[in-house]
Amino acid sequence: MRISVLWYCLKQGLKNICRNIWFSLASMATVSACVFLFCLFFSIITNIQFMVKSMESTVGITVLFEENLSETDILALGAALGSRKEVKDMVYISADEAWESFQTDYFAGHEELAEGFAEDNPLAGSASYEIHLYDIEDQEDMVAWLQKHDGVRQVNYSSAVAAGFVSFNRMVGMLSLVIISVLLLVAMFLISNTISVAAAFRKQESQIMRLIGATNFMIRAPFVVEGVLIGLIGAGIPLAGIYILYSRSVAYLTERFQVLSGVFEFLPIEEIYPVMAAVAVGLGAGIGFFGSHFTIRKYMKA
Amino acid sequence: MIEILDVCKAYESGNRALRDINITIEDGEFVFIMGRSGSGKTTLLRLLIKEEEPSSGEIIVNGMELHRMRRRQVPRYRRNFGIVFQDFRLLKDRNVFENVAFAQRVVGASSRAIRESVPEMLKLVGLSSKYKSLPQHLSGGEQQRVAIARALVNQPEILLADEPTGNLDHQNAVEIMDLLWDINQMGTTVVVVTHSQEIVEQMGGRVITLDRGRMVSDEIR
Repeated sequence: MRISVLWYCLKQGLKNICRNIWFSLASMATVSACVFLFCLFFSIITNIQFMVKSMESTVGITVLFEENLSETDILALGAALGSRKEVKDMVYISADEAWESFQTDYFAGHEELAEGFAEDNPLAGSASYEIHLYDIEDQEDMVAWLQKHDGVRQVNYSSAVAAGFVSFNRMVGMLSLVIISVLLLVAMFLISNTISVAAAFRKQESQIMRLIGATNFMIRAPFVVEGVLIGLIGAGIPLAGIYILYSRSVAYLTERFQVLSGVFEFLPIEEIYPVMAAVAVGLGAGIGFFGSHFTIRKYMKA
Repeated sequence: MIEILDVCKAYESGNRALRDINITIEDGEFVFIMGRSGSGKTTLLRLLIKEEEPSSGEIIVNGMELHRMRRRQVPRYRRNFGIVFQDFRLLKDRNVFENVAFAQRVVGASSRAIRESVPEMLKLVGLSSKYKSLPQHLSGGEQQRVAIARALVNQPEILLADEPTGNLDHQNAVEIMDLLWDINQMGTTVVVVTHSQEIVEQMGGRVITLDRGRMVSDEIR
């Protein structure tokens, strides 16, 4: 394609926007709302995923065994456990190690108090495995698998936090999908309307173009350019806004809720922005392209 | 060369706009197509530029059989024609230069080609000094000259003029017809559709007369 053709289409697209400025602004605003919500939900979902991932490395499952279960049986179960693909890592803590650890934690400085148990490990039935999983969503299945084994006395895990995060993430994902889909349709409808008005305004010009021998591409391109420009401008505004909003919100939340810094850890804007911006720009341009392309195809046939 | 062979055109409403039309126009000819309103003159032009399809018969232009032509070939085919309308159809938001350049821009001509050929065309139609004027600031005759420059700037082989003098006074009409004659003398085939007996008598040449969709005469005057 010649540069002059590209320039012509761009110029005509811009002229169209200026001619129907109110329609164009309405379309831009809807695209902006759509992209803003996308960015907002993207930020929330990405951060929750990040927190869940962080949790996966800290939240684990502890399996305790019956007192009468031999160490050989425990290790055999450990081997079966180790071969499962969802297990990231696991540590075996024998009854002796558990007692030593307990002594260090609770009798520090008063070791003489523990001496009474020297010959009789009070935690004899406390051999355990501490298990970390790759995906916290597999936790429930893993617990169920462990509990059905003979000799397993108790399985400790923090189901509430993990399940809470996962279900909250799913809910936000579904909600965002529904809201963004509705806004996407509204944005497409508005862009389609804007393009219809522009097409009606330039009907004579398009007719002359057809008679002169302009190709369909040449006739339609300025309208598609108009749609894409509306989409891009519509995406650019919330992208700039979300950059500022996100940075400030994270700074505020981190400062305000320092106590919860272990649980709520936020991703820096630099980490999520490139992907978010690329998808948002694609979303804006896509809404503009498809909204205008199908409208103009309907209106103008050679 | 334009060959119109046994062409009929009937609309869904039942109106038969053209019946058994047979016309051959050689390269470089100047031809008038005459007739009253509703005689089928404009329909014939629309068939020539493939704005409409004949109900039966064939049209062959420069060896191209229109009924075999694919949809995507139509734009390129239309570049064989320059078209002038009674109501000029100029773009009011663009000046004279841009109106003429428009025809080149939309077929993808380079900026350099536009800079070279537009002034040439404006010189040909005698409007070099008014290249910055907007159409609404020109007289009817001048506007029609701009339309002719726009029709010619892509160097078509055939110029179709649909009632080019219909909106002009006698003096301007004569000047426009003289300009079309000059263009024909440079080698372009010119087909003028008109209902003005006066213009035809004054210019002379080949005159094809249509009446209620039928060709009633094809004569040299």
